Amino acid sequence: MNVDRSISRRKFLKSSSGAMLFIGASGLLPMVVSCTNEKEIQKQLKKHQLTAWVQISEDGHITIYNPAAEMGQGSMTALPVLFAEEMDADWSMVSVEFSPQEASVYGSIAWNPNTKVLITAGSRATKGYYPVMRKAGAQARYALMHTAAMHWAVPRTELATDQGFVIHEKEGEKISYGALVPFLEIPENIPDFTEEQLKDPEKYRLVGKHMPRVEIPSKVDGSAKFAIDIRLPNMVYGVLERGNLHGAKPTLQNKADILVLDGVLKVVPFNYAVGIVASTLEQALAAKKQLKIDWSDAPPTGFNSQEAYIDYGKIASKSAKGKIIFDIGNVQKAWKSASKTYSIDFKNDYVYHAQMEPLNSVVKVAEDLQSAEVWVGSQQGGDGKVGVPQALGIPANKVNVHLQYLGGGFGRRSMTDFVTECALLAKEMAPLPVKLIWTREDDVTYGAYRPLTLQRLKASTDQKGRISGFSHCVVGDGGNLAASGIWNDYYDIPNQFAEWRETSHGIRLKHWRSVGHAPNKFAIECMLDEIAMDHGVDPVALRRKLMVKAPRALATLEKAAEISKWDETSIEGRAKGVAFLQRSGTLSTGICEISVNRQTGKIKVHHFWSALDAGVVVQPDNVKAQMEGGILMGMGSVLKEQITIVDGRIQQSNYHDYQLLRMEDIPESVETVIIESTESPQGVGESGTPLVAGAIANAFFSLTGKRLRHLPFTPDRVLEVLNS
Amino acid sequence: MAKYRLNINTKKLDVEVDEGTSLLWVLREHLGLTGTKFGCGISQCGACTIHVDGQPMRSCLLPVDDFVNGQKITTIEGLSEGGNHPVQKAWIEAQAPQCGYCQSGQIMQAVALLEENPNPTREEIKVYMNGNLCRCGTYMRILDAIELASKNITESV
Ligand code: FES
Ligand code: FES
Repeated sequence: MNVDRSISRRKFLKSSSGAMLFIGASGLLPMVVSCTNEKEIQKQLKKHQLTAWVQISEDGHITIYNPAAEMGQGSMTALPVLFAEEMDADWSMVSVEFSPQEASVYGSIAWNPNTKVLITAGSRATKGYYPVMRKAGAQARYALMHTAAMHWAVPRTELATDQGFVIHEKEGEKISYGALVPFLEIPENIPDFTEEQLKDPEKYRLVGKHMPRVEIPSKVDGSAKFAIDIRLPNMVYGVLERGNLHGAKPTLQNKADILVLDGVLKVVPFNYAVGIVASTLEQALAAKKQLKIDWSDAPPTGFNSQEAYIDYGKIASKSAKGKIIFDIGNVQKAWKSASKTYSIDFKNDYVYHAQMEPLNSVVKVAEDLQSAEVWVGSQQGGDGKVGVPQALGIPANKVNVHLQYLGGGFGRRSMTDFVTECALLAKEMAPLPVKLIWTREDDVTYGAYRPLTLQRLKASTDQKGRISGFSHCVVGDGGNLAASGIWNDYYDIPNQFAEWRETSHGIRLKHWRSVGHAPNKFAIECMLDEIAMDHGVDPVALRRKLMVKAPRALATLEKAAEISKWDETSIEGRAKGVAFLQRSGTLSTGICEISVNRQTGKIKVHHFWSALDAGVVVQPDNVKAQMEGGILMGMGSVLKEQITIVDGRIQQSNYHDYQLLRMEDIPESVETVIIESTESPQGVGESGTPLVAGAIANAFFSLTGKRLRHLPFTPDRVLEVLNS
Repeated sequence: MAKYRLNINTKKLDVEVDEGTSLLWVLREHLGLTGTKFGCGISQCGACTIHVDGQPMRSCLLPVDDFVNGQKITTIEGLSEGGNHPVQKAWIEAQAPQCGYCQSGQIMQAVALLEENPNPTREEIKVYMNGNLCRCGTYMRILDAIELASKNITESV
């Protein structure tokens, strides 16, 4: 593989003093390069495919490079913690920086063991880098110990390390990592460090401890830089009008009028939008308001989201199967021999990401149009170049990406549509840098939503009341966006079937925190409660039986039941509900306690308890924060959030009509218990959100005897159900 | 274009912008005070919260023209030296931020609350903070941080 790291690498190394310790992530030879010797650095970089994870300077300061995007999920701390743990570094001397955006060097193998990619999504950051960061840390420590051994002329095997020092106990000698820098020397052979040769988890000093997140101080004094905060000399501003009918083609009626407006520099046509570049943001926005555009029809024309369920129901009733996701045992047989069968439809409206930082980026294209600099908050994707090489028709190595903090991702920033737009504007304006900002209205109406779906679930029970068959048909657009989370691996049900039936409306769709898990787990978990209640069985007891072959899953159920005091009845007017799921390898059970105002239809969540098994937990406090945040975001989506579409047009435009959870809506407590485990770490960022719908709906049934089967549970819908 | 002299973080700052430009764009794009954030532009999210003469205000809807009489504007950058306001310290202790984007606004709103009412109840906190959205769902920790700050402030008096 040939990577030209010329732009970013050079800059990356120049800013440093001290030694840079390159540790080959794929087991290549490690290398020490003095950072003052730039020629040598370039020579080495040409010769070797190396990965610099760490830089040590003589004053003992250690910089660890973090390859993953930081959007609040905390991997900017978690990954360096893993490295520092194995390196036995003194954490107080560590600082963390983003690594260059070079996928072949810093990519993760979480998606495909053979290809490294830079994507921070699917809750896979810690999981994907867990082996890499630990091994590289151990190799760094090995190199330091080797250096000390040579320096003291003693066998390496007599040495140990302790928080930033190499120690020779026999002679009572001790030297800091920083003091070793001038002598740094790489052993000829450096072990590959198998799992067994890495640190015994019992001896962890950092992993699993309370580690404050490294970037938090900058997030309380306003200094943390998001892409939207970037300002460059001679920067101009871009905005686009994209309309509210996805894919409609614009015809601009008043281009001449726009061009003479104050500050307007250029009108740039797109096939789905009209772009304006102006000297200031306010001028760009003012001009945008003056645009007179005729919009063509588009694929969504005529589509009404709230009527779609009728068609979806018909699609679910057709005899031809859709794409079969799994077919275990024989559900047909189960239906035939059933003593009871159930068939229930669940529905789920479109939801929008609503990340707090509207989409934006800054791009500067060189005058000759052959290279570009990009400032962006992105969940990256593939080569880490966020689509700019394709947009500009230039090689990837001519694009230098400066990754910034993300003001929320939730899946939306794994798309790069907004970066492409900015690159195209910047090409027009080269060499002036362009900052493209989406207004909140742009962000809502030209969003890429979690798809609307209908879930038709069928189940059967046998004479003994055991669930003998379970089938799940999801109807909706977007393939896995609709169908993820349909598996029931942890429930011992002999005959199971699942399929996805496709629809298509031309509405833009994208992964939304936990993808299809939220609607599908909602349907599954409610179905189980319907069966439990019908058989007079306690919902937790029913799940306990289903989990006989899944002890780790069962442990989360038991823990959640324990901390929520499931067996005690709630006070008058309140009830509890439970849901379980697996997402990104993490197992979690959630239990909530709710009440409902029968006049207004407003559901109040009083408590939310959860227990999870996420394997080794690198930062327990951060895992709890992710669960809290995920559960609150889930509550917003379950109780309030809804995108509706009339004649193909998105009806919502900002936070006044797309309501998020607010402070007044929060529970009295959100409590998370982490179950100890030595299994490799799993993703946590998406484990809270999909617990919420099932837990609330099941609590509502227990409280009222009525069923909520259509997300979101807005007060109107709740009243309708209560009065039915 | 018009010239404006503003009193921001105890400094006199001059800008030349179109009349009616929102204070938010003046702060962020003209003066580089980017700690104050843009979230909605319609006074629905609180990301752009600043203090004007000590009162929390949404800068996205305030035209710059209204601030030429020396009103004291404070942004997150001017809240404290080195981020050591008791509310900021409590925010770190509670590890409140996730993505962090809403947090300047949350902190400015919380500081105003505690100046008005150093010892608020949970309900009072919820009401006062209700206009500040956090998509990452950090509300539980924001609540904890405010209670912590309240405790630290009242105890140190
Ligand atoms: S940006 Fe001002 S309230 Fe949202
Ligand atoms: S911390 Fe991300 S929006 Fe509040």
